[in-house]
Amino acid sequence: MSTEAEVGVFLDSVLNYFTTTVQQPAVCGTPFLAIDKVPELSDFTGAIQISGKYQGFVAFTAPKSMLCVMLMRMQETDMCHENLCDLVGEIANTFSGNARRDFGHQFNISVPSVSVGRKSTLELPAGARPIVIPITWRNYSSSLVVYLH
Amino acid sequence: MEGAVLHRLMVVDDSNVIRRRIERAQDLAVQFVGAARNGREALEMHAALKPTLITMDLTMPEMDGTECVAKLIERDPELLILVVSALADKLTAIEALERGARGFLCKPFTDRQLNDALQMLINTKEARS
Repeated sequence: MSTEAEVGVFLDSVLNYFTTTVQQPAVCGTPFLAIDKVPELSDFTGAIQISGKYQGFVAFTAPKSMLCVMLMRMQETDMCHENLCDLVGEIANTFSGNARRDFGHQFNISVPSVSVGRKSTLELPAGARPIVIPITWRNYSSSLVVYLH
Repeated sequence: MEGAVLHRLMVVDDSNVIRRRIERAQDLAVQFVGAARNGREALEMHAALKPTLITMDLTMPEMDGTECVAKLIERDPELLILVVSALADKLTAIEALERGARGFLCKPFTDRQLNDALQMLINTKEARS
């Protein structure tokens, strides 16, 4: 699958997620390759390790304020730290799980791992060039980072 | 409704946000009896709670949903299991159905889609009995 097609798979998943789950569409910015620098992370990051036919990860990173509003839109009243971690991991899980429709059954996904804080980093092999898809929802900025090889 | 069975609903998902969402969103005439965080916990809770209707995630730690579906159906072949998973490929859905699940709902889902999927399972069971 070409890089362009790979990006398209995740764009579809992102747009569908926000419309379905929080009933307000998100806007995806122009995807770009993070060359020579590690993508910047936000307050909460959920990452799914990919194995099988593809290797790598799918990570979703978002500010706390955005996750709180998303929880509210889902009628959740408890904005505790655990639920924010849970949500960011579940979003990463949904984006990567949905991708199996196009990548196939051998696109194996792990359970989510969550990191907290803007100083946390994604572990990337030397020379790796992950794709970053900027996502704007309401006035909040988040990103989906995809690294597959 | 005379003779109608009040189903006992258990939710199995490693996400607390999803467990609570399903509990809130379902507006059917069912009794919510509990929620489990993985397949192993679901098997333990099944013995005590005796659910008749289950929503089951697939990707979970300790024991995944596919294995759990098979074990639960072995215990109770009449159990109504709706798989609720982000894994969107056809093969995954077919595998879950082959293990004994009665339906498959892909994440993300709306409240309406969840209720329709659960209601369809209940209707199918009532039509058979």
